[in-house]
Amino acid sequence: MQSGRSFFRLFGSLGLVLTLAGFDSHLSADEAQKSEEATVAAAGAEVPLGEFIDQQIRQGWQDNEIEASASASDEEWVRRIYLDLLGRIPTMEEARKFLADESPRKRSVLTEELLEHEDYVRNFTTVWSNNCIGRGAPQRVSRTGMEKFFREAFARNRPWNEIVVDIVTASGHYEENGAVNYTLAQLQNADEGVQLTAMTARLFLGLQVQCTQCHNHPFNKWQQDQFWEYNSFFRQVGKIDHRKLDPNTGRMVDDYSEVVWQEFSGPVYYEKRSGVMQVAYPRFQGLEVDPGVGVDRRVEFGKLITQPVDGAPAQIAQAMVNRTWSHFFGYGFTRPVDDMGPHNPASHPDLLERLSREFVAANYDVKELVRWIVSSEAYGLTSQYNDKNKIDDPGAGEVPLFSHMYLKSMQAEQMYDSLIVASNAHKSGRGGWGAQEEQRRRWMQQFVVAFENDENDESTTFNGTIPQALMMMNSELMDKACSVERGSFLFESMSSPGNEAQKIQELYLAALSRNPTKTEIGKVQKMLKNYGNQRLMGYQDLFWALLNSNEFVFIH
Amino acid sequence: MSLWNNYGMNRRHFMQHMATAAATVPAMNFLSHLQANADVVKSKQKACILMWMGGGPPTIDIWDLKPGSKNGGEFKPIDTAAPGVQISEHMPETAKMFGDLSLVRSMSTREADHGRGRYYMQTSYVPNPTVVHPTFGSVVSYELGKNRKALEIPAFVSVDGGAGQAGFLGMTHAPFVVDNTGRIRNAPTEEGKARLGARLTMLDEIESGFIKSGRGELPKAHQDVYLNAKNLMTSRQMAAFDVAKADAGLGLEAESQVTKDAYGTNGFGQGLLMARRLVQVGVPFVEVNMGGWDLHAGVFDTLKNQRLPQLDKGISAITADLKQRGMLENTVLVWMGEFGRTPRINQDVGRDHWAASWSVMMGGGGLKNGQAVGATDKDGVQIADGSKAYLPGDIWATVAMAMGIPVSTVHTSKRGRPMKLANGGTPIQELIG
Repeated sequence: MQSGRSFFRLFGSLGLVLTLAGFDSHLSADEAQKSEEATVAAAGAEVPLGEFIDQQIRQGWQDNEIEASASASDEEWVRRIYLDLLGRIPTMEEARKFLADESPRKRSVLTEELLEHEDYVRNFTTVWSNNCIGRGAPQRVSRTGMEKFFREAFARNRPWNEIVVDIVTASGHYEENGAVNYTLAQLQNADEGVQLTAMTARLFLGLQVQCTQCHNHPFNKWQQDQFWEYNSFFRQVGKIDHRKLDPNTGRMVDDYSEVVWQEFSGPVYYEKRSGVMQVAYPRFQGLEVDPGVGVDRRVEFGKLITQPVDGAPAQIAQAMVNRTWSHFFGYGFTRPVDDMGPHNPASHPDLLERLSREFVAANYDVKELVRWIVSSEAYGLTSQYNDKNKIDDPGAGEVPLFSHMYLKSMQAEQMYDSLIVASNAHKSGRGGWGAQEEQRRRWMQQFVVAFENDENDESTTFNGTIPQALMMMNSELMDKACSVERGSFLFESMSSPGNEAQKIQELYLAALSRNPTKTEIGKVQKMLKNYGNQRLMGYQDLFWALLNSNEFVFIH
Repeated sequence: MSLWNNYGMNRRHFMQHMATAAATVPAMNFLSHLQANADVVKSKQKACILMWMGGGPPTIDIWDLKPGSKNGGEFKPIDTAAPGVQISEHMPETAKMFGDLSLVRSMSTREADHGRGRYYMQTSYVPNPTVVHPTFGSVVSYELGKNRKALEIPAFVSVDGGAGQAGFLGMTHAPFVVDNTGRIRNAPTEEGKARLGARLTMLDEIESGFIKSGRGELPKAHQDVYLNAKNLMTSRQMAAFDVAKADAGLGLEAESQVTKDAYGTNGFGQGLLMARRLVQVGVPFVEVNMGGWDLHAGVFDTLKNQRLPQLDKGISAITADLKQRGMLENTVLVWMGEFGRTPRINQDVGRDHWAASWSVMMGGGGLKNGQAVGATDKDGVQIADGSKAYLPGDIWATVAMAMGIPVSTVHTSKRGRPMKLANGGTPIQELIG
C-alpha cells in the first residue's frame, strides 16, 4: 500500500493517464480519459469559485455575528488596485479616466488592463526578489540577475510550479541564470545548506522547520530527522566565486558567482541533543529518493514538491495562495503566512483548500489567482468600519474576517514609485529598467538593517516611525516631488488654465486619487490666503502636506 | 549607600573619591578640567543602557569560563575587582570595574533561533502570532517617557538596531534608530525648518478627515509620530547625538579624542559614548548594538582579536565614565544577546546556538553589584544543582525595579488582554538586596 501511494505521488505530475495505466494495466487510455472527464464534471457541479469565495467569507461574518462594511467608492478602489497590482498610485490621468468611466464593468476591465501593464511585472518582480534575496546586499548575489529571472517569469505569466522548480533546482552563472541568486543568498555561511533548507520550506512551502534542526518541533509533526532528510536534498549544491584580474590595478577582484552541482551521495549525519550521531537519507513527505551516486537530488526535490499531500493540494500551491491573499488583504489565512500546518489552523480552511485546488487545476496561473482574489466581494469593500464589525480588527490580534479592507502601510518601494508618479518624474524619462531600479535600490538602502547572523535576517526602519517621517518631510525625493521646475507636476498644473478650486482639485487627484470635498476646498482656500502673493509657495506646501498625509501613506 | 549617591558632590569630595577609587579606575578620566571644577549636579533621572550582542555571544568564553573542562576552550579566567568572580583573560579592563558590575550565570531561556531568541530576550514573551509584545525599551518609553516633559527627543533610542517593536504600546514608543555616527538622516535644512510650521499646520488640517473616517488607530498614530519627528528636529537636545557638539546648558561638551579612544573608535564604543550623552539629556532607554557574535566557526580567534578587545574597552569606559559623572547609580547597564553558545566546541572550532545555560551581565543602577548570581555545572551544559534558573522577565523585572517602574504594572493588549510587565518576572533577589 505504502509503495502504491508513493508511486502515485511520485508520478502524479505526469498526469492521471500514466498513473492509472501504471496501477491498472487493464484500463485503456480511453477509459482513463473518460475517468478524467468525469472528475472534471464532478468539479463542475461545485458552486462556481467566485461565488464560493464570497460564501465562505460571508459565513465567517455570520458565524461571528458581524456585518460587512459598504463597498469601496471608486476613488478608494482605484488607488488600492493600482498600489496592490502595480506597486504605485495611479497618475492623475489614470485616476480621472477611471472615475469618469460609467461602465458597470469598469472594475473588471481595469483589472484586466493592469494585469497586462508593465508595472505589474515590475511590482511582482520587486516583491518576489525581496522575498528571495532580501533588500540588503548579500555577498556574491546579483540582484540584477534575480530581477531578470522574475521579470521574465511574470511577464510571460509562467506557471508558479515551474518558477519554483526553476528556483530550487537552478545552477549556473548568476546573471545568465538569475534563478540561482535565491540559492546564493542562502549560502552566506558554510552551514551545510541549513539556511537554504529552512528558507525553502518557509518561502515556497509555507512551513517553518528551522527549529527542528536541533530538536523535534514543539507543536507540529516535523521531527529533527525530517529536517535533515530534507536538508540532504541540498547537499549537492556547490558555489564558485570567480575572480578576475583588474587590468587597471593589476589586482584580483570579484567576478561572477555560480551555483554548481557537487558530488554527494549517501546519508547526511547530524547530532541528537543527547550527542548521539544520526543519519538521514533524502526523503520528503514520506517519499524516498535514491541516495546513490549520480542522482541529482534537487531535481528529484523539484518533482516531489508539486505532488499533492495526503489528498490535499500541493503544499507549494497552498503556500502561494496564502501569500497572495495576504498581499491583497494584509493578512493571509494563517499568521504568519509562512507557518502553515495542523498546529496553526487556517482561518478559512475550506476556502484555502478550494483556492489551492483551483490554482493547481488552472496550471498554477498566477494572474488567474490574482483575478479571483481582487474580484471577490471582500476585496471591493471600503476600509471604513461600521457599527457592526468593530471586532474585525486583526491589528489587535483578532482572526481576520475580511468584513472591511484593512489598512496596509506602503512598502518603501511603493512609496518611492508613488512619489515619482505624483510628481511627474516618470514622464521626464527615468532611463531604462536598469537605471530606474538602480536609483530606487540606492535610495532603499537607507532603510535596510541587516542582523549579520546565520538566518540572514534583516529589518527595515521604513516602518511608520521617525526615520520614515523625516524622509517624507525633508528628503531630496520630497523636495523634488514638490519642485516647481519645468516639467514637474506642480509646474504643469500651475501653468495650465484653471481657477484656484480646480488647481486644488488637481493636487488632490494627483496625490490621493480623489476629488476634494467642498469643505476641504474651502479650508484649503482659506489657508492659501495666508500666503498672499506667494501663492505658488502655498501650493507647494499644500502638495507637501497631501503627500505627507496619512491618507497618502496608507493603502486603504 | 555609597558616596556615589551624592550628586551634590563638590570637587574636594570628588577628588577624595578619585583617590579611593584609584585602584579600580586607574587610567581613565572622563571629566574635563572644567567639569571637575564645577559642582556636578545631576538629575536623578533613571536610565537603562542595553548593550545588545546580536548573533548570540559565547558567554562561556567571556563570563563563565570552564577551565579544566573539555568545553573550556582556549581562554584562561582572571580575577576581577569582585572577590571570587572570575572572567575571561581578554576582558582585563572590565575585570577592574566589577565592583560595579554583576553576572547572572544561570540564564535558561529555551529559544535558540535568532528571531525568536531576540524577541524573547527583549520582550520577555515568546512570539505569539496574535499579539506583538513591546520590547522593554518601549515599555520604559511608555512608563517614563510621558513624565519627562523636558525631553524633546524620543525616549527610546537604538544605536545600530532596528528589530525592536513597540507592539500594543503604539508606534510612538518604537525605538528611534540611529547609526553610531549619530548622523540623523534627512534632518531638515534651514530652509526646510523655516517652512515646517506652515506645512505642518496644513498637514494637520488635511489629515484630520482621515483620522475621523473610522479606519482604526493607524491614521492617528501617523500624526503622533509626525509630532515626535517635529519635536526632535527642532530640539537642541539633538546635540546629544553628535559627539562633536557642545551645549553647556545641556551639560554636553565636545568629546575629546582621548575620550573617544577610551571608548574605542569602533561602532560599539562610539555608540556607548553617544548613549552616555543621551542619558545626560534625559533619554531613559538607549540600546547599543554590537553584532558579529554568531560564531559557528573560529570562535577563539575572532573573540581574542576582534570582539573582546572592543567589548572590554566599551564596557569599562561606559562604567568608569558614568561613575565619574555620578550617573552610574541611576543608570542600569544590561549586556545580553539572544542566547549563549554551545558549551561543546564544534568541528569548525566554533560554538552553535545554546539557550539552556548562559550568562547576562548587569551593572550600575543602584544594584548590589560585584557578584555572580547563579552558576552552571562544571562543563557549562546545565544550570548547577541548587542554582535558580532565570528567564528574561527576571532580568527586566530587576531593571524595572532599579528604574522605579512598579513590577506589578500591567498593560493591556489591543485585544483587551492583561499583559504583565516583563511577563510577570521577579526581580533577582541577590541584585536588589
